[in-house]
Amino acid sequence: MDEVFVIGEPETVAAPAVSSWRRFFRILFQRKLVMVSVFLLVCFLLVAIFAPLIAPYDPYKNDMAHTLLSPSWQHLSGTDSLGRDAFSRLAYGARTALIVGFGTVAFAAIIGVFLGLLAGFLGGWVNAIIMRVMDALMGFPMLVLALLLAAMLGAGIQNVIIALGVATIPGYCRLMCAATLSVKENEYIMAQRAIGAKSLRTMLKHVLPNAIQPIIVLVTTMLGTVILAEAGLSFLGIGIKPPGAAWGGMAAAGFRSLVSVPQHPALSFAPSICIAVVVFAFNMLGDGLRDALDPRLRGKL
Amino acid sequence: MSAQGETCDMPAGDLLRVNDLQTEFRVEEGIVRAVNGMSYTINEREIVGIVGESGCGKSVSQLSVMQLIRRPGRVAGGEVWFQGRNLLQYAPNGSEMRSIRGAKISMIFQEPMTSLNPVLTIGRQLTETLELHLGMHKKESRKRAAELLDSVGISSAESRLDDYPHQFSGGMRQRVMIAMGVACQPKMVIADEPTTALDCTTQAQLLELMLSSIDSCKGALVLVTHNLGVVARYAQRIYIMYAGRIVEQGSCREIFYNPRHPYTVGLLKSIPRLDEEKGRRLVPIVGTPPNLIDLPSRCAFYPRCPVRTERCLTEDWPELEPVSESGHMARCYYSDGRADA
Amino acid sequence: MTTYIIRRLLIGLFVLFIVSLIVFFSVRLLPGDPALIYVSSQQGGSGVTQEKLDEVRKEQGLDKSVPEQYIRWVGNVLQGDLGKSIQYRQDVGKLLGQRLPVTLILGFISLIISTVLGTFFGLLAAIKRGSWIDTLVTVLSYVGLVIPVFMLAFILIYIFGVKLHMRFDGWAAPWENFGDFVKLSFMPVICLATVPLAITARQMRSSVLEVNNMDYVRTAWSKGLRERVIVTRHVLKNSLIPVITLIGIGIGIIFGGAVIEETIFSIAGVGRLIVTSVFARDYVVIQAGTLIIAAMIIFINIIVDISYGWLDPRIRYG
Repeated sequence: MDEVFVIGEPETVAAPAVSSWRRFFRILFQRKLVMVSVFLLVCFLLVAIFAPLIAPYDPYKNDMAHTLLSPSWQHLSGTDSLGRDAFSRLAYGARTALIVGFGTVAFAAIIGVFLGLLAGFLGGWVNAIIMRVMDALMGFPMLVLALLLAAMLGAGIQNVIIALGVATIPGYCRLMCAATLSVKENEYIMAQRAIGAKSLRTMLKHVLPNAIQPIIVLVTTMLGTVILAEAGLSFLGIGIKPPGAAWGGMAAAGFRSLVSVPQHPALSFAPSICIAVVVFAFNMLGDGLRDALDPRLRGKL
Repeated sequence: MSAQGETCDMPAGDLLRVNDLQTEFRVEEGIVRAVNGMSYTINEREIVGIVGESGCGKSVSQLSVMQLIRRPGRVAGGEVWFQGRNLLQYAPNGSEMRSIRGAKISMIFQEPMTSLNPVLTIGRQLTETLELHLGMHKKESRKRAAELLDSVGISSAESRLDDYPHQFSGGMRQRVMIAMGVACQPKMVIADEPTTALDCTTQAQLLELMLSSIDSCKGALVLVTHNLGVVARYAQRIYIMYAGRIVEQGSCREIFYNPRHPYTVGLLKSIPRLDEEKGRRLVPIVGTPPNLIDLPSRCAFYPRCPVRTERCLTEDWPELEPVSESGHMARCYYSDGRADA
Repeated sequence: MTTYIIRRLLIGLFVLFIVSLIVFFSVRLLPGDPALIYVSSQQGGSGVTQEKLDEVRKEQGLDKSVPEQYIRWVGNVLQGDLGKSIQYRQDVGKLLGQRLPVTLILGFISLIISTVLGTFFGLLAAIKRGSWIDTLVTVLSYVGLVIPVFMLAFILIYIFGVKLHMRFDGWAAPWENFGDFVKLSFMPVICLATVPLAITARQMRSSVLEVNNMDYVRTAWSKGLRERVIVTRHVLKNSLIPVITLIGIGIGIIFGGAVIEETIFSIAGVGRLIVTSVFARDYVVIQAGTLIIAAMIIFINIIVDISYGWLDPRIRYG
């Protein structure tokens, strides 16, 4: 019943395993901003998924009789230079952002984590080569690399995903490699006592729990970063071009309406604000997750 | 004793008198009373041990005396009389406290590996105190720093002044910490687990070094540790702490040969001794240290005490009561020696 | 320390090699026949004949195998020949020579501003933790991180260009017309500097907060030093170490931002050059441009790494 406790050692008392889920959610929602972000992201997801139901008009249909209208009750965000309803295009733009965001992150995370595990596990020259390739990828400004690849691959959403995906692989790879290496260090200690061989499966078993948390945080933040980068690409006219609806492209088209008369700043600011809000929400959530998952806070007195 | 804030006349020989010190930390789960009404005295040139297990509040109490407690902690009450003045009335970063820290009271910390700034030379970290408190000029302070390094047993002291901490071993870094601690000839040196992070042979050397350094500047030493062996060898008086309070105090001899508080008895029974007959089983203290959040007012040692009774559960923790004529005191209803059966 | 430098340089060269591979083979992804592109852009669709195509193929070495083409290209680059732009019919080297200084000047100014202001505000926010200054800096740096570069440009253009009728397109070199240089540069610089500033401020703030909790800072307090001394002598140097590495990241961000900002403000820099080349399928310029930019970034990162090593005595005196 009573545990044995020996005086004389500077022993840290193990924290009782309080329901960590409850703690997690409590810390996560402690900050109001994090809650607001979660709410915003849910809205974003809903709009993106249900865009066809939410959009009052067909986002691709031109209507030359009603071009460049100011925001009104009929057109919540006005119309663009081809008479298309800007609000509907914003909704479909959310869909584009969502697809590109999740697609890119999934693509990059899977490849990056795999390469990182490989590099950490195998070490030696495999590690050296993989890490140098990552360095090379990081040597390009993300936008320039994505530009290069997206331009070369051609237009279309898949190519944007590949381009941005390749550009963002290094983040996951390095993270996974570092996590694998740190487990490998400890594994040697355990291996002295262990009888079995140090196999890839055991490595995975030990590495994944360690690495999963920073990867989750990275994924969340990268979702924001990728959406921002995609906005840059479509702004320049690469990747998703009109009539496809992408927030960056809409902002670029709206630029003309900003500086010339008649002025419709909404056309350029509305998509920009959407981008900023979504990226903010992802970043904020990533921060919140990082705090909630911080192992140092676990069982802290 | 006059009210807090005014000066007080202290009996000759008294260097430090701490009255009912309370330090608390605000955490999500509640308030942690790390120091829960602690009173003790240090006399000039004395060596006093403050003993307890991890988390009992001994380090926090010393940091409180030096006003080094930061958010989320704060010193919530009590008085710290040093040379006739209550230190707690001064702002933690005010000029009064700053003139005392490092100059009149100094502290040697536990972790030599992290307690020195990695981007500054050892020499700089020594000379900055000398220049600040003793007003020395660059050349003077450098010479004195070399002397200090030499006195703690670091060879080629002069050239080592320009080395960085990472170029020293753990034991040598701790010697540097000792040198820093005695640099300005303080009246009192607080050593917080000074040798825990080192191996046994180095421990002994370092302790001897510390004692002789402090002795040569005529200071008192407060040895904060969980290591009874260290305390037995060097301390003249000992305070035993548990859950933020002192549970027994007395001379070294009294504590070791006539322990009265069940906790002290338990501590002593759990360490092996060379002068015992072989085959005695080590008797650990059962249970785990208490959770300091929202402590009940009854005796904190109750869950683990072998001689507890109903009374210990229903009544508050008693005050320190004398056990003998000579200042040996214990905080227990049953300090008549039954625990040492 | 010297081994550290040499090692860093060698790794850098290897990375550069991989960069050249990436650039070269990405361009080869271009759908369509490079020779066809070349000829049709030169002479219009009608000028496309089989002889012309063969001629161009031979001239550009496109009839050789891809690895051979790569070696040929690298050889040329190392000799300083970056090829001839398809859209401008100019030597790419010369073209870059005109465009690069523009981007570099704006980039350099932005880098300095973002680093200096970022460190300053980050330090301030950390020291005055919990106060309104801290909140303000934290919030503003967050905004700076999430706002798209073009949105910032839009806001500036709307305020200064539209409402205040200031000119915002084009650029003037400081040695040509200093007044114009300032007037035309301040908006692009603000756009470029915002993101690195935000990142630097955040990193500096968390760096200082972390260093503040270190044991050696506690030791400094226990010696009775004043707060100002502790901050400048003990905290600052240690906090700056991770921030220095941000300079390397900052330069990458600035180049990335330059692509967008030069397009919006119609500045004839390298960023805009690459964008127009992409649309014109001018693969010669694309290759050369991206290679040069990546090379510069890698080089700057090497310098940053080396100075990082020098700043941290643990590496300097290994």
